[in-house]
Formats: sequence, structure tokens, C-alpha cells
Amino acid sequence: MDTSVCRWLNAPLSRLLQAALVLSLLPQDAAAEIPLNMPVGVTDISRSVYDLHMTIFWICVAIAVVVFGVMFWSIIHHRKSKGAKAAHFHENTVVEIIWTLIPMAILIAMAIPATATLVKMYDTSDAEVDIQVTGYQWKWHYKYLDQDVEFFSNLSTPREQIENTAEKSEHYLLEVDNALVIPTGKKVRFLITSNDVIHSWWVPHLAVKKDAIPGFINESWAIVNEPGVYRGQCAELCGKDHGFMPIVVDARSPEDYQQWLLAKQEEKEQQAQQAAAATARTWTHEELMAEGEKVYARACAACHQPSGAGMPPVFPSLIKSPITTGDINAHIDIVVRGKPGTAMQAFGNQLTPAEVAAVVTYERNAWGNDTGDTVTPTDVQEHNAQ
Amino acid sequence: MDAASDIAHEAQHHHGPASGLSRWVFTTNHKDIGTLYMWFSFLMFLTGGSMALVIRAELFQPGLQLVDPGFFNQMTTMHGLIMVFGAVMPAFVGLANWLIPMMVGAPDMALPRMNNLSFWILPFAFTMLLMTLFMDGGAPNFGWTFYAPLSTQYAPPTVNYFIFGVHLMGISSIMGAINVIATIFNMRAPGMTLMKMPLFVWTWLITAFLLLAAMPVLACVVTMMLFDINFGTSFFNAAGGGDPVLFQHLFWFFGHPEVYIMILPAFGIVSQIIPTFSRKPLFGYASMVYATASIALLSFIVWAHHMFTVGMPLAGELFFMYATMLIAVPTGVKVFNWISTMFRGSLTFETPMLFAIAFIVLFTIGGFSGLMLAISPADFQYHDTYFVVAHFHYVLVPGAVFAIIAAVYYWLPKWCGRMYDERLGKIHFWWSFIGLNLTFFPMHFIGLAGMPRRIPDYALQFADFNMLASIGGFVFGFAQVFFLFIVIRCITSGEKAAANPWEGAEGLEWTLPSPAPYHSFGTPPKID
Amino acid sequence: MQPNSRKTLVLATLIPIVMFGFGFALVPLYDVFCRVTGLNGKVNTSPLTEAEQRNRNNQQETMSRGVRVQFVTMNNGDMPWEFAPLEHDAVKVQTGEDFTAMFRVTNTTDRFMQGRAVPSVSPSEAAQYFHKVQCFCFDQQDLEAGESLDMPVVFEVDKELPDHIRTITLAYTLFDVTQVANNN
Repeated sequence: MDTSVCRWLNAPLSRLLQAALVLSLLPQDAAAEIPLNMPVGVTDISRSVYDLHMTIFWICVAIAVVVFGVMFWSIIHHRKSKGAKAAHFHENTVVEIIWTLIPMAILIAMAIPATATLVKMYDTSDAEVDIQVTGYQWKWHYKYLDQDVEFFSNLSTPREQIENTAEKSEHYLLEVDNALVIPTGKKVRFLITSNDVIHSWWVPHLAVKKDAIPGFINESWAIVNEPGVYRGQCAELCGKDHGFMPIVVDARSPEDYQQWLLAKQEEKEQQAQQAAAATARTWTHEELMAEGEKVYARACAACHQPSGAGMPPVFPSLIKSPITTGDINAHIDIVVRGKPGTAMQAFGNQLTPAEVAAVVTYERNAWGNDTGDTVTPTDVQEHNAQ
Repeated sequence: MDAASDIAHEAQHHHGPASGLSRWVFTTNHKDIGTLYMWFSFLMFLTGGSMALVIRAELFQPGLQLVDPGFFNQMTTMHGLIMVFGAVMPAFVGLANWLIPMMVGAPDMALPRMNNLSFWILPFAFTMLLMTLFMDGGAPNFGWTFYAPLSTQYAPPTVNYFIFGVHLMGISSIMGAINVIATIFNMRAPGMTLMKMPLFVWTWLITAFLLLAAMPVLACVVTMMLFDINFGTSFFNAAGGGDPVLFQHLFWFFGHPEVYIMILPAFGIVSQIIPTFSRKPLFGYASMVYATASIALLSFIVWAHHMFTVGMPLAGELFFMYATMLIAVPTGVKVFNWISTMFRGSLTFETPMLFAIAFIVLFTIGGFSGLMLAISPADFQYHDTYFVVAHFHYVLVPGAVFAIIAAVYYWLPKWCGRMYDERLGKIHFWWSFIGLNLTFFPMHFIGLAGMPRRIPDYALQFADFNMLASIGGFVFGFAQVFFLFIVIRCITSGEKAAANPWEGAEGLEWTLPSPAPYHSFGTPPKID
Repeated sequence: MQPNSRKTLVLATLIPIVMFGFGFALVPLYDVFCRVTGLNGKVNTSPLTEAEQRNRNNQQETMSRGVRVQFVTMNNGDMPWEFAPLEHDAVKVQTGEDFTAMFRVTNTTDRFMQGRAVPSVSPSEAAQYFHKVQCFCFDQQDLEAGESLDMPVVFEVDKELPDHIRTITLAYTLFDVTQVANNN
């Protein structure tokens, strides 16, 4: 019994040492599969942060070895069953002072590099690229200031994977439709805020985490040294889909970044033209239904469910509901303008008139609603013009 | 007529407690009320624990299998609220009630009727809180830290019940704290100076002051929430000139002292148990008192280390980093003192001692991760990840909860006059130890590797350790059901216990018979 | 109860009452603290007082330099109005000199609405050096359907602005306060 107690009590210490060993040998870039440690990252700041982390970790390990070592020594050698007789000492002022001052000294030593790194992290001056990052429930919006490029970035993992009816892809829950593209080697400044509740923008490889607070703007910055794709997640509870609004940063060489920027600006032109064309042309009912189903899956199904049943009362059912079978204009209105005071957002900013027409048509005819209605892009435009 | 002779008079005429249910509803006896608090806390512990198992069951594998994300958020919120306000705090109040009068040689608490009210508020408040699970919109789902505006403009309708519940729990805690202070200051037996009090009494005295200072600020916060939600004010709403960050400052001004409220009594318990089983006096009694007091004072100036990513000015961020690192020093002193108590003692390892030793090791590990979190630039990578979840579960589970369990094993013979089964107690210990480490140690890693908190689904690289943690959770959970069995078995059919079943135990409570008489120390004992 | 216990009860009850009051007092104290220590959060909302104006005029000796001021506008929630700087997204201003920037809001809906713009300055350290002489912040803007309004901000960046700050971002969040205003 005694020896088994010995072994068992040593277990926490040996586990600690094992973890320490593994942690020191595996800076995260190397071992892909076993998630054990913080990444070293791809910026000078992230490297400093990693170094601070490992330093304080080793200090803690060293103190633990000494302190627990003394304790386990006692447990083994000062047992009554081994005949140990209790001593009587119960105070020693000198020793108390020593073991108060030594930890203080260690902490002061630790505070110095920590302060230096923090000061650097706060210096957002002279950035070359400014990006406004806005958290929404439940996606991110990026706007390149002075560049006329902006877009939403949504989780792109298909619902079937989340619902376990399809196999999960490599970047399950860490993939988006539009990544944030930034140049390497240049100082990129992030202006972070929120549209609704508090979110937090976090990319571990950049060591950037800043809360997105509605009505306020926060700043952070990064200079990425290596091109690559870096993935992060929202880091502040923000409601139902807090775990489903990832961040993907695609760092490219400055030339590639410039090319992408130009392409994006052209794309905006093109999209505007396409949207206008889509609005102008004649759609068949079948075309609207097909497009509507796609738009629904992308933009509505997360709350109203693929089946249309929703999750009442927060996310109403669309099956034979007054909205989807009632006045068409009211239906268009709630999709375009949202419903204040509820979780129903205004999708007018995120969907073209053709997409709105398609999804409203779909909702009015799917799941047995069968109103036979066809809503055209022109109808939507007329509504918007009112 | 003063209370002492009142009670002595009563003892001569009433030889024991009333009978039936009304005994428990109307009791003003500190032992009965202590028992009520302990059973209530155990019930809440199992309830909050079940919610944890719902969480761990969903997180067993990636993907959404069992619950939808909205309900998951309700589970994480309620789990936190119930464990903090329903399990840990009431357990410590229950221990205070049972032990403080006996330890200071007093016949009862100073304010016995208020004592009764303090307890009975709780079942009412928690019934109401639990019922929100079945109301429209579901239970509170904004985390136990309920940041605005998620908890104000975007909250479910049950938020008003939440606010009411928090007010009630706060009132209960404040009344309990007043009672503890009044008892300790006014009813110690003659000759028991403050510096002769057992350390458990000292830590509770200091905790009581923390409660008086911190709980009203929580009341303020939820009142401001109530106004913002229902009366159109804008404390936390930027549209009206308010600030969501103000919420966080106010909440954590309460919140940080709160976590010390949840650990200082544990320090007191461990400081009673270690000397007993080392057969050696506590090392450095005076510095233990001063260290506890400094921890309590410092706890008021570190709150914003919970807010390092909120965008505080640099000077503020640095100040809170330094102050937080500083608080490690008195905490370290306490750990060194416990170990020095054991050193060159004559050690035996009964169940209470096993839990106390595990406390020292595992709480210290939690303390180390806390020190890492204090380093503000590093915290940008740790904040709101499972690294934080690992940290606070280490200080709360093998910290506070193990201390409570150790206290139960240690003082149960005094309370019910019977010994628990030592072999079963040791099995409970190892079962719990393995379960909790399996659950919470892997969380350090997945947190460092990038898994955020409060998410019902996660990326594939976190799958293996999540599965381990979920298994550990169930192992730990079932161990506590086993504990319930051990306690019931002890009370109903344990071996009769001596007045002092622990060689080496010192303190007035051990001079009383086991079980302690319904009314004890009607005449104050002599203190040497 | 013992007379001593009564005294303790009274004193001990006083503490929570005082702390409850302290909690509410923290709301204005928060602002005062930020102003006094200069640890100004993000916003310096009050326009210059007379004294501050005179003080400003006395700072003629400090060298003036160029600072870039960026304008960011965003809508909160589902606020549908168009809201943008009228001319430039960013300007170069001289410290110590007044500058006027115009912003346009348009109610693009078919009903009467009320909006309110809330300012935020970054870096937070710069907020105490960013003086808004005239601002539309926190003013309720009433717009009929389709109506537009051009709103000025007159500001001055203090010459004492620390050297390491070369860009200041002035962000406005536009909130829909239509229902709220109607309730009051």
C-alpha cells in the first residue's frame, strides 16, 4: 500500500515532466497532429510571445520540481509508518522572508521582457495597410480602407459535415468563403469593431487577439514574415454560432497582394454589372427556385434550418408561416430590412436583388408552402425603391 | 439576557431538536443549518455536474450530435452559475455554520434567525433559476460572466429571472457573511484571542469581509442590467453613451474577489487538516494570517487581468499585469508553509489527508497556469481558450471542491458520530484524482493549440484530447455519486466515532463528544 | 441577541450598503478617472471649454506637424442609413489648426427614422489630444424617408500629441434609436 501510494503520488510530477519534455521538443509548426503547444507563429511579435510563454512555463516547472520534490521527500521519509517522529518547529522568520523575496525577484525579472513585448504590441504607428474588421453574428466583415474593397467572410464548412452526414474536411470549421488577404513584410493595421455584441478577432499565428466592441474601435497590427494561410476563431461568446465564425488570413507576397487587390476591385465592378444584369433579365420560376435553394442554404439555413422548421421561438418556422404564405411585399421587406429587436438581420446588404428574389420565391414554394408565387428581381427593386 | 445564557436555559428545558419537517424549516440551530447548506450544496453539485456531462457528451466528438448550439450555451451558463453560487459558496457557508461556533467555543452563530433566512432563500432562488430551462427562450445562455450587450439587448426573456436570482443569492451570501463576522468578533470564548483562532476561522473572517465588499457590486451590475433591459437606460449601450467595457470593469471588480471568496476557506480547511495528519503544528501561523489578508486586499486591484484583450490603455494593462503577478507571492508563501508543516512531521494518509495533499499539488499547478495567464502579452494567446478553462478548473475542482470533500471526511465523525469507511474513502479519492486529471489536464494543451472556450464543436486537431477529457468527466462524475453512497452509508451504519478520531487533531470541536450535542458550549470552555 | 452583536450587525450591514452605492458611483467615477489620469479610453466627447480654448491658444510655441486623420463610419445592427464621409476617407491635418470634415447621412427607407452617431478614437492614447470643437456625436438626427443631411465635425489635434502617433482614426457608429426615442 505504501509503495503504491508512492508511485501514485509521483504520477502528477512525472506527468508534468513528460508534458514539459514534449512541449519543449514540439514547437507547434513541427508536429501537425498532436495539439500540445502554442504556435511560434509568423511574426516577430508572435515569436516574442512564444518565448515569453516558454520562459514563464520553465520557471513554473523549475519551482514545481523544487517544491513538490520537498513534499514528496517528506511523504516518503517522514511517514509515521516508517517510524518518523514529529519535530516541533513551527516558525522561522528568516526562512519566511527568503521565500517571499526570491519569488518576488523572479517575478520582477519576468516582468521586464513582458513589458517590452507589450509596449511593442501597442505601437500601431506607420501602418501601410489599414483594414477595418467588423464582427457580426456570426461572420466577419473586412473593409480595406482607401481601397474600395470590402466583403463578408462566412464559415464555408457544409452543414452536412457539422451534422455528421458527410465526412469532415481537413480544415473543418476553420474555412471561409472569402479569406482576408494581406501582404507579407508590410505593417497591416486592424481596426476592430462589432456590429452587434462583443466578438473577438484572434489569429494565433499572428498573436493578434482583440475584442470587437459595438460602438468602439480597437486597434492591432501585424507584420507577417512568411506567406501562408493562417486560421483563427472568434474568441468571445457572442451567441448561438460563436463556434462557427472562423477567421482565415491569407498572407501573400506584396506583388501577389496587389494583384489580388486589383482583381477584387475589378470583381466589384463585375459583380455590380452581373447583379444589374441578373436583375434586368427574365428568370423562370424553376431558375429562381434553384438559385433560391442555394441562397437559402448559404444564408438562411443556419437559423431557419434546411427543413424550414426553424427553432421557435427564437428562429421561427417558415413552413406555412404567415410571412412565407402571406403578403409578398412584407416577405421581401423582412428579408431585406430584417426585424429590429430580433435575430433576423437585414440581408439587403449581403444579397443582390436577384438573390433576394430567388430566396423569397424558394421560401414561398418549398416545404409544402406551394403558393405558386414567383418573385422577380424587378419586384425586389420596386420594393427597395419605395 | 444574553444569547449564551438564553441557549443554556433552553438546553436545560429542550433536550434536543424538534421533530418532523418543521424542524428543518424553522431551525435556528447552526448545526442544522450547516447540514441544510451541505446537503443543498451536494444536490447543486450533482445538478451542475450533470450539466457538465451534457457539455462533455457533446464535445466527445467533433460535429453536433446531441444538443443544438443554443442549448449548449444554456448548459455552459447554468453549469457555471450553479457550481459557483449553488455548490461551492453554500458548501463553504455550511462548513462555516457547523464549525465556527464549535471552534471558537460559542453556543451558536450570533444571528440565528437571520441564519435560517440566509439558507432558505437559496432553494427558492435556484428552483427559479432551474425552471428557466423550461421557459420560452430557454435559460440564460450568455455565460456565467454575462457580458453586455449579449446579456442585455440580445438576451432571452428569462434574463429577468436570472437577475432576480442573482440578487437573492447575493442577499443570502451577505447575510451569511454578516453572521460570520458578528459571531467571530463577539462570541469567542474568553481567552481565545484573534491570534489563537484556528486558521479556518481566520480565513472565513477574511472571506466574510470580501463578501461584504464584493457582492453589493454584483448587485449593482445586475441592477444596471435590469435598467438597461427594462427601463431604457444605457449603462452598457453605446447608442446611449454607455460602454460595454464598463460592464466588464464592474463585473470583474466583483468577480475577482469572488474567486478568492471561493478559495480562502479552502486554504483554511487545508491548514487544519495538514497539521493533524503531520502531527505537527501549522508552520508560520502568523504569516499564514498575514498572507491571507494580503491576498484578500490585493484581490481588489487585479480585476482587469480578465480583460487584457478589451483594448485597455497600455498603462492600465501594465499595472494589472504587475499587480496580478504580485498576488502569486503570498499564495506561494502559503504553499511553502503547508509543505513545511509536513516536513519532518509524522505523516499518515487517511482520506482527508489524501485530498489535502492533492489540493496542495494540483491547486499549485492551477496557480502556475494562473501566473502564466498574468503575463499580459502571452495572455493574448491564452485568453478565452481552453487554457483558461484548465486553469480555473484546477483551482476550483482539486482546489475548492477537494478541500470541501476533505472537510466532509474530516469532520463527518464529529457531525454524525460515525466513521466513514476508510477503504471506500481512499477509492473515492483515487477515482476522483484520476478522473479530474484526465478531464482537465488535456485542456491545457488544446487551449494552447488554439481551441476557444464556449464552443459546441471544434476543429479536428482537438478531437483526441476532447475525447479524453469527456471520458475523464464521466469518470469524475460517477466518483461523486460514489461519494454520496459513502456519506449515506457512514451516516446510517458507520462505526461509532470517538470524540477525537484523529490522533493529532487539535481544536475545541474535538473536545466535544461525537456526534456533537445539539446545543454545545452553553457554558464557554476554558482556553489556555 | 447580545448588545455587541447588534453593534456588529449594524456596522457590518453598513459595508454592503456603502459598496452598493460605490458600485453605482463607479459609473461617473469611471469617466472622471479616465479624464484625471489621462488614461482616456477611447472617447473625449465634450467640446472644448473656454479654459481649454484659451490654453490651446497659448500653445503657440510648440511646433506644428502633419498628422493623418482617418475617418471610419459604420452602422450598428440593421441600421439601413447610408453614412459616409462626404469628401475623403482620410486627411492630413496640421496639429494646432482647426479642420472641418463633412459626413453625409441618408435615410434610404420609406419611413421616418432617428439615428445617433457615437464616436470612438484610436489609438486610445490619442483621444485626449483630439479636441472636437463641434461634433454631431450623440445628437439625435431625425430624418424623413429619403432625406439626407450633411453634418460637420470641426476638430483640432493638439500640438502636444506624442511624436510616435502619426495616424489617428476617428470612427463613428450609427445607431438606430427610432423606437427608443418613441418610448421616451
